[in-house]
Amino acid sequence: MLGMGLVALVALPPAMNALGETYLVSLFSRILIYALVAVSLDLILGYGGMVSLGHAAFFGIGGYVVGILAFHSYEAEPLFTWPFIFEGTENGLLTLPLAMLVSAFFALIIGFFSLRTTGMHFIMITLAFAQMLYYFSVSLEAYGGDDGLSLYARNQLPGINLGDDDSFYYLCLGILVIYLYVSHRLVNSRFGRVIQGVRENERRMQALGFATYRYKLVCFTIAGAGAGLAGALIANQTEFVSPGLMHWTRSGEILVMVLLGGMGTLFGPVLGAIVLLLLEEVLAIYTEHWMVLLGPFLVVVVLFAKRGLYGLLTGRKP
Amino acid sequence: MLLILEQLMNGLQLGVMLFLMSAGLTLVFGIMQVINLAHGSFYMVGAYTAATVTQLTGSFLLGLLAALPAAAAVGMLVEAVVLRRLYSRDHLDQVLATFGLILFFNELTRMIWGRQPLFMDVPDWLSGTVELFPGAPYPSYRLAVIGMGILVAVFLYLLFTRTRLGMQIRAGASNREMIAALGVNIRFLYTLVFGLGAMLAGLAGVMAGPILAVEAGMGEEILILTFVVIVIGGIGSIRGALIAALLVGMVDTLGRVFLPGLFRLFLPVAEADGIGASLASMSVYILMAAILVWRPRGLFPAQI
Amino acid sequence: MTNRILYVLALSAGLAVGPAAAETPVTIGMITTLSTKAGYLGEDIRDGFQLAIDQGGGKLGGVPVELVVDDDGRKPEKGKQIAERFIKHDKVKILTGIVFSNVAMAVVPKVVREGVFYISPNAGPSRLAGKGCDENYFNVAWQNDNLHEVVGQYVNDKGFKNVYLLAPNYPAGKDALAGFKRFYKGKIAGEVYTKLGQSDYAAELATLRAAKPDAVFFFLPGGMGINFLKQYAQAGLNETIPVFGPAFSFDERLLKAVGGAAVGVRNGSQWSHDLDNPANKAFVDAFRKVYDRTPTLYASQGYDAAHLIGSALAATGGSLSDMDAFRAALERADFDSVRGKFRFGPNHHPIQDLYIREVIETPEGTITNRIEAKVFTDHADAYASECQM
Repeated sequence: MLGMGLVALVALPPAMNALGETYLVSLFSRILIYALVAVSLDLILGYGGMVSLGHAAFFGIGGYVVGILAFHSYEAEPLFTWPFIFEGTENGLLTLPLAMLVSAFFALIIGFFSLRTTGMHFIMITLAFAQMLYYFSVSLEAYGGDDGLSLYARNQLPGINLGDDDSFYYLCLGILVIYLYVSHRLVNSRFGRVIQGVRENERRMQALGFATYRYKLVCFTIAGAGAGLAGALIANQTEFVSPGLMHWTRSGEILVMVLLGGMGTLFGPVLGAIVLLLLEEVLAIYTEHWMVLLGPFLVVVVLFAKRGLYGLLTGRKP
Repeated sequence: MLLILEQLMNGLQLGVMLFLMSAGLTLVFGIMQVINLAHGSFYMVGAYTAATVTQLTGSFLLGLLAALPAAAAVGMLVEAVVLRRLYSRDHLDQVLATFGLILFFNELTRMIWGRQPLFMDVPDWLSGTVELFPGAPYPSYRLAVIGMGILVAVFLYLLFTRTRLGMQIRAGASNREMIAALGVNIRFLYTLVFGLGAMLAGLAGVMAGPILAVEAGMGEEILILTFVVIVIGGIGSIRGALIAALLVGMVDTLGRVFLPGLFRLFLPVAEADGIGASLASMSVYILMAAILVWRPRGLFPAQI
Repeated sequence: MTNRILYVLALSAGLAVGPAAAETPVTIGMITTLSTKAGYLGEDIRDGFQLAIDQGGGKLGGVPVELVVDDDGRKPEKGKQIAERFIKHDKVKILTGIVFSNVAMAVVPKVVREGVFYISPNAGPSRLAGKGCDENYFNVAWQNDNLHEVVGQYVNDKGFKNVYLLAPNYPAGKDALAGFKRFYKGKIAGEVYTKLGQSDYAAELATLRAAKPDAVFFFLPGGMGINFLKQYAQAGLNETIPVFGPAFSFDERLLKAVGGAAVGVRNGSQWSHDLDNPANKAFVDAFRKVYDRTPTLYASQGYDAAHLIGSALAATGGSLSDMDAFRAALERADFDSVRGKFRFGPNHHPIQDLYIREVIETPEGTITNRIEAKVFTDHADAYASECQM
């Protein structure tokens, strides 16, 4: 089934182009990017048992890294000149890793403080940090404040024209597949088993001699880097970044994607992202009051598909 | 000096509003272990019902009297239809389901009442101002809000310490099986508590109606602050909710007033205003993060 | 309400049998905000636009058109997504509808580069009027600063010397105060930036009273403005310090929610439902009849956007293949604006008269606007000189 899904995703651009529905390619690029950020959230949520309501912060940071670098490159004005000259850039080979690095750094700091708490308190402290970053980005006047920042063009990568929607789609798909593979290896490694052990019973893992706090912090940082990468892609996809990327409702949406698809599975979040965004798109065609249908749909999924849509489809336990 | 006193009153009043919201939410969370994001929807139901009835009858009191049972009824309905099935489930299932409920209620409100905000005014007998301190007239209605908050706090205190029902609720919170074994209908008790929480949120909505815009989605702004309050206070603790609500109200109000001025001491005016305003927006979250780092389970991590 | 339902039913019945046989209609894509708290803005723009089409029997400028509408939810990326669908799937050559500047900034620069016409019925960020202007971008409403400038001039004319300023802490808020100060020359008693989406203004009002200004200018769109005005009146300030603001907090639908607290407030606008010209009378009457409410300025802007597009369609006979011809026709702005006279400046932004309106209570108890004075004649925006097309 997974293979079929992948084949369908690979075949999507030529099929859509043949049908003349080229806009669907870019819609699906966006969906894949959300799938990426949802998978990264699931690493901490489904595997690590850390419910973060601030994941969009890292998504936004990744976006802003791309946006700010492109802005300085376009204006030909260094980002800072001390202690060394740092120029803006639109080179994807630099911007994408930098976006991951900066997001990971923020995740490390936020995780350092947040992971002292658990449960409901963890939810709220991650929300608090995300809200701080949100208001900080609103106050970034040089970069458009609440109006956001327009990119003049997408980043460049050697050998790929990202301005072309099909190429960009394949880039997103490629990155998602790689990220899924890396995550798969990660959760099945010793590190992953420790993390899952912590989710089941943190005390016992501590008693077994594991420094659980450190494991959780590393996991949180890796997830932050993944979200940052997705943010860098969404900035390129829409050629625009704004504080809205970090708003708590965005964190909520990502959370919903994971839960809808099925947490604690790698493909569940991908499915969740696809279903939620397509539903938004399709329901909106039938009624402008589409949310009155989407709401109860989510309730029904919770009540009757206990392990999310992925669980419902495969019948597999997470 | 007078200005500071007046601002303290404003902080107190915001705190009282937050307390009305958080008392119900922390009760539900503490007793039933359920995260209810749709709590803000009960606030909205209260405000919309009150605004509609007040407009039809011209009486604020009738609006209030209609709104309380309406909010309670919607709350109990939600409990019976959706949340009851989720008590034994993961918090995350509750989050997802109640998030769905928010979408539903907001859009339903738009369909019934239209997209524009509703009108609701202060009743004549509470309009005007009272000169609390010479030269600083204070709106009577805001005094009434503070009074209502004190009344509710006293009511809850008496309910939990002096009545049989209150004791059953407290017992149910600490030991579910025992209270059931004693022959108390725990299912009914839960529905009742949920209705009470929804009614308090509805009351907050009614009180907010004349001051704020009555519009779809009004519940979410206050919902986030409410969660901040109950987490700072310690989940499940009404006393904690009261103290945290006042703390958050004060920090938010005083931050907005004094931070820009503070930055003007050493920055150019335009920049100081910008940074001060941004920091003021963050102040509540900074407070929460600091408190949680210091005390990971909140100020009063107690049972009720 | 029933009126409207009947009307929609009649319309859909008409559509089912009607224009199928005729030539293929020109599709116009409308990206607007229908959900969120600001949903009524998009609703009015759409309804105003649709009214113009319906009055023409499904045609604008004698050319059959089809309007496709989608809700951007106030999210820039969603707006961009919709634009892409309209352009690629619906083969739209004309876009319109965006309410908010941040959505416009995400959508407009890209689509106009791709050779699509964008007619703005609301948002007019300074960048699109100045350095970022484009030959395919037309704003039929105003440049964002205009409605603040007119209030600045009026407050100055009336001899106020010490004004207190208040706006949310975001770019449009800063632009608003800058626009006001461009024409107001007196002292500033205080300048306060509040949190975006803030609902309680008690603290700001106490500070304001202590500053003892002789007038207040505020820009708080949507619900924020309702909160502010109600609380301003409750604090008893409306009896001592007069308030001024742009029309955004005083449209006919918001006034219903603010009620008596707004009476007496002067606000700046480019349009009012009591403007005395035949096009406007016809528009207001028809709008009231169909939708059972008084149109807001947003509705008037949607209506004018439709007629502007209609005028260009009429000039080219419905053809968009010659972009230069269509653009030239748009530039002529040869339509009966509900504002009376209307023309475009060199940066495709309006050159128009601007008014001060007073909020009054009619004998029947309705709270509404009345034109008080014309302050600017043929006013252009401040950024036109930066625009190079």
